[in-house]
Amino acid sequence: MVELEHYLAVAATLFVIGIFGIFLNRKNVIVILMSIELVLLSVNINLVAFSAFLGDLTGQVFTLFVLTVAAAEAAIGLAILVCFFRNRGTIAVEDVNVMKG
Amino acid sequence: MTVVQFVFYLFALTLLTGGVFTVVSKSPVHSVLWLILSFLSGAGLMVLLGAEFVAMLLIIVYVGAVAVLFLFVVMMLDVDFAELRAEMASYLPLALVIALVLIMQLAMAFGTWELGGGVALHDTPVGTPEGSGAHNTAAIGLLLYDKYFILFQLAGLILLVAMIGAIVLTLRHRKDIKRQDVLAQMYRDPAKSMELKDIKPGQGLTE
Repeated sequence: MVELEHYLAVAATLFVIGIFGIFLNRKNVIVILMSIELVLLSVNINLVAFSAFLGDLTGQVFTLFVLTVAAAEAAIGLAILVCFFRNRGTIAVEDVNVMKG
Repeated sequence: MTVVQFVFYLFALTLLTGGVFTVVSKSPVHSVLWLILSFLSGAGLMVLLGAEFVAMLLIIVYVGAVAVLFLFVVMMLDVDFAELRAEMASYLPLALVIALVLIMQLAMAFGTWELGGGVALHDTPVGTPEGSGAHNTAAIGLLLYDKYFILFQLAGLILLVAMIGAIVLTLRHRKDIKRQDVLAQMYRDPAKSMELKDIKPGQGLTE
């Protein structure tokens, strides 16, 4: 019998892995963006698990909106990254503050 | 162990393995591939929960669009990733401490958590509420296009803004290559661009 707590535990672990990745790859902004995607995936699993066990579809509808925002964030983040790389020739995020304006 | 339990643990294990290797793997290309594995396993978990529509959307949007976008960018940018990873060992202790603190906090919250009054959990996950009789996708459609219609439109607006923003950010006009200027061609006056000269025999054209 797989219960709600099992799904919550998996989602919590994935969330922590995502946060861990953000702090582990502080220079590599591509992996930071991927870690953010992992965090959003864990949130989606949480929402869907609650939605399924409560018999209420609102959680799944909200998952769609989280998915939308995640896709938009990835597109904008990667566009900024490409722009930054063209200007600087590197993607080290510690000197991002030179990109004023 | 039932089949459902076996499939759950299989997907959960693949999901977490994919997550860990996304974070720690040496090459970003490998990271993207592990990320795709994570997304697929997450979609599997959602199928197990009865949310087929969200699961298929996850595969289409994340694996089909986001992961491929990551792959494009990783391969397009000529970055020395070994240099970026050189200081990873120095970040490891802090990252481990933060992860440990976070997981302890979550465990503490989880230990004292209980359902609010008047809310009952189902024994097994249900894809659609009782009485609706519709399939999961149809039920979501009924909810999304009716009760959450404004939010649905706003989500579309967010995507539009993101699309325009990404295009504006990455568009560039290169000055060093020749391009066709259609307006200049159209506004060109034939009378000024060509001149007829009457050349006398034996003299040629003298300027």
